[in-house]
Parts: sequence; structure tokens; C-alpha cells
Amino acid sequence: MTAFLLRRVAQMVVVLWGAITLSFALVHLVPGDPVRIMLGGGSGETAASASPEQEAALRSQLGLDQPLLLQYLGFLRRVLTGDLGQSYSTGQPVTASIGAGLGSTVQLGGTAILAAVLLGLLFALAGVLLPGRAVRSVVQSVTVLGVAVPSFWLAVVLIQVFSFTLGWFPAFGSNGVQSLVLPALTLALVTAGTIAQLLTRGLTDALGEPYADTARSKGLGRSRIVLGHALRNASIPVLTMVGMMVGGILSGAVIVETVYGRPGIGRLFVEGVRAHDFPLIQALIILTGGLFVVVTLLVDLAYRWVDPRIRTGVPA
Amino acid sequence: MSVETLVRRRPVVRWAAPGAVASVLLLTVVVLWAALPGLFAPYDPVSDLDAAHALSGPSTQHWFGTDLLGRDLYSRVVHGARLSVSAALIAVLVSLVIGSALGMLAGYAGRGVDTVIMRATEVMVAIPGLLLSLAFVSILGFGVTNVALAVGIAGIPSFVRIARAETLRITSRPYFDAARCAGTGHLVTLVRHVAPNAVGPVLVLAGLELGGAILSVAALSFLGFGAVPPTPEWGSMVSEGRTHLATAWWLTTFPGAVVAATVLATNRLSRGVRGANR
Repeated sequence: MTAFLLRRVAQMVVVLWGAITLSFALVHLVPGDPVRIMLGGGSGETAASASPEQEAALRSQLGLDQPLLLQYLGFLRRVLTGDLGQSYSTGQPVTASIGAGLGSTVQLGGTAILAAVLLGLLFALAGVLLPGRAVRSVVQSVTVLGVAVPSFWLAVVLIQVFSFTLGWFPAFGSNGVQSLVLPALTLALVTAGTIAQLLTRGLTDALGEPYADTARSKGLGRSRIVLGHALRNASIPVLTMVGMMVGGILSGAVIVETVYGRPGIGRLFVEGVRAHDFPLIQALIILTGGLFVVVTLLVDLAYRWVDPRIRTGVPA
Repeated sequence: MSVETLVRRRPVVRWAAPGAVASVLLLTVVVLWAALPGLFAPYDPVSDLDAAHALSGPSTQHWFGTDLLGRDLYSRVVHGARLSVSAALIAVLVSLVIGSALGMLAGYAGRGVDTVIMRATEVMVAIPGLLLSLAFVSILGFGVTNVALAVGIAGIPSFVRIARAETLRITSRPYFDAARCAGTGHLVTLVRHVAPNAVGPVLVLAGLELGGAILSVAALSFLGFGAVPPTPEWGSMVSEGRTHLATAWWLTTFPGAVVAATVLATNRLSRGVRGANR
């Protein structure tokens, strides 16, 4: 177990180092001069108005006048000490901007994941347990929709129905629980589709296993077999996808926070890209990379807890 | 021609399934829209302004209704297919070419090269797809082409993985050893023996990724990084329609539904092809 942990943590550090390096490289991959692009504003044309002094000042503030290796080492050192630089558009430290938005995104993402798991479970069970082959296949094809519907459109449609037509929830802003419902639901529905599909496939496979036959021959009903035996085994493939789902939720937050006008790191990222605010973009890349790595490690640990075969090394 | 291409079953779609038939029909329409928009669109998407019927709902004259300037929404959706579909195709092509090349290299060269490529792939996987695309848009610049490239770059990792796995499978086969023993060089072996045998699963993946690419391109356009108005593009049309959400539901509903239907059909068909290919 300790060896496993050490190996995974080492892998974690390598990926994190890669994410830091990637975010460093981003600024140097810019075709043309990042300083001139930043001074040129959001549109990407070169600065006509900035004086050479302004340019030189920004260049030395960003450290872009030093040799590449020194810049890289300096960047690594600053990141490790938690200094991610200053946002170019607000002048604030990037960590402050991110800190201000993180809570809102965590609240949104957490609610969305919870709702997605519940909805996914509900649809998967309905798709396996409901009487009638036709009913089950209708439920199963609804879950396919979740993957195909664009989240930005879903957000707009939900606003249309629940805010403008029914007037149940506010369409914009972040005031209390009421305003959390639609954004979280948008994110949840998209993710729930994936969960429901994985679970349905897992449950269908599990029902064909010998242990399901045994349970059936004992006289157990279909629902008892599904809930008591198949579900635990079918949830393992879902667990392996949790890291991906967290990534999907963060991608979705970019859209959802923009559409619903909520503060958060997704919207911060869009604003950063719009303003060519490279320090902000770099910091968010490192943050989300780090988050993914941590979540994946936790999932790996949970995986071993759910499935003892992995823990003890007994072949399946 | 290697033995395996002869023996292996060609991908076949189960045509009898009604879902597959509907998907084929729908995609045919979308491809025709993209290829010959002038043939299907009754009006010009940008310059035909029917001011008398501005912001009017669906009718026999304007199937999808009209926007604030009186432009025919159906014509705009038809013309929008060209940009949206071709951008998604470019994106998948970029992922496929770069990803397969890197994956084959990793699987074939092994050792250090393999480690470096696969670790880099892991780093890319760690960053959520849309954020990675957005980061690349910020350095490549805005516009549909750059959005397509950015989505393509973000899609590289899955192709690296499958191409590497296929390469490892092929290099353990006797015909590969035979080719090497016969004195075939590395590059020729890769091109003549590895690539043709790896191409099936890679193309199936390309089909599976296409739906996601359509969604990502539309999402980035929706956020305002892709097509510039008045050019019609599905994602930016939904974004434009948001201003009249309370009064003109058709402006967002139709373009969005077309995206959803296209992605649904693409996913349905590529899953069918994958199923038959197994």
C-alpha cells in the first residue's frame, strides 16, 4: 500500500510539473510578441498606442527580457512559493482573483456532481428495472441525449422554460439557493447522461454474470439482484470516470457561469482569454491540472476500497 | 497488403436499426447543407432583410422564423452548417494526424521517447478539454480556423493512446518480425505495415470524437471566440439569440436543436461502426 501510494504521488508530481511547464510554454508559444498582444487589448492586433517605455516596463515586469532558462527556473520557483503573478487586466495578484471565484465554482460543481450521480443512478435503474422492453429502451435512449445536447443550449433552454415562462428560478446572478438550481441542473444533466450510460452497461453486463444466475436460482427478483449484487460491481467503471467528470464539470462551468452570469473560475478563465491575461490563464491551467491529479489519486484509493480484488491482488 | 487487412472484418453498420437509418438521413441533409447551401437556403443568410417580418415566429414563408433584422433563420442555419461542420472536421483531422503520428512513434520507439510522449499526454489529459482549447485560442488568436486548431490540439491525447496501443499490438505479430528480418527499414515498416493495420480503430475513434468536436467548436463560438457576426455559425447564432430569449424562442431553439441532432446522429453511427468492428 505504501509503495503504491509513493508511486502514485511521484506520478502526481510529474504531471503537476508538466502542467506548470505547459503553462510556462503557453506564453512562449504565442506567435509574435506576448507583450505587444497584451498591450493591444483583447483583439490580438499589435499595440499602436503603447510607448516603447511601457513595453519595456511590462517586459521586465513579466521577466520576458531574461534568458529562457532563467525565466523558466524563476517561474518554477514563484509557482512553488504560491506566487502566480499579477493579473494583467485587474492588476491584482492572480491568486486573489481565483480565491474570490473558487468558492462559487466549488459550490456549483459540488451540487452538480451530487445531482448528476443521483439522476444518473435513477435513469440507469429505470432503464434496467422498469417493466417492458420498450419502456426500458426509451429510458436508455434519453440518456444518450445527455451527451449530445450542447451545454450552452441547454442552459439557454432552461432559462427560457423555468425563468421566463414559468418564473420559478432567476435567470441570472448568484443570489442564494434559488439561483443555484438552474446552473447546477445544466451541468448535472450533461454529466448524468454519461453516468447513466456507464451504469446501464455495467448493470446489463453484471446481470449476465454467473453470480447473477446464482442469485436468480435462489429465487431473488430482478430488483433485488440489481440493487443487492449488480449495482456495486457496475459502479466501478463509473468510479474510474470521476476524474474525467470533474474535468467535464469544470469545462461546463466555463459555459454555465458565463450564461447565468455567476462569478467563478470558469467565467474568470473566459475573461482571461478574452483579455489575453496570460498570468491568469497560466494560474488556472496549473490549478485545474492540480485538481485533476488530486481527484484521480483519491479515486484510485476509493477504487481499491470498493473492489478488494485490486487491493489483495487476487485475479478476477 | 498485409494478411491482417484481408482477414479482419470490415466495419459494417447495422442498417436495419431505425435509429441508424434516421441518423444517416439526418447527416446526409447536414452534409448537403454544408456542401451546397445555396441549393437549400431560400434566402441569403446575411443580406436578405425582410423588415416587414422582422422577429416573427416560424411560418410557411420562414420555417425557423426570422431574427431582429428580418433575416431568414432557416437559411442561416443551412449556411451555418458549412462553418460548423468543416471546423469540426479540421479539428478531428488535426487530432488524428498529430495524435496517431505521436502514438505510433511512442509505441514503435519505446523507452525514453515513449515515456516523454506518454507523460506529456497525461499532462494534457489532466487539463479539462474546453479549458485547454481556450488556452490555445488565447495564444493562436480568435476566429473559426484557430478555434478548430485549438479543439484539434486538445483532442490529441486519445489518438496518441489508441495509436500507441495498436502499434504495440502490431509489433508483437509475426508478420512484423518477418518484415524486419527481411531487412525492411524502420520508416518503411511503419508506413507499409504498422499504419495500415492501425488505421481501423483510429478511424473509429475519429468518428466518436467528431460529435465532441462539433460541440466544442460550437461552444467556443458561443463564447465569442469563433465566427464573427454576421457570418452564420451554429454556436454564435445561439449566442446572438440570447438577447431576445423572452420574446423570440425560435432564435436559440432551432440552431441549438440542429447541433444536438447532428451530434446525436454522429454518435449513433460511430457507435454502430465500433460495435460492428469489434
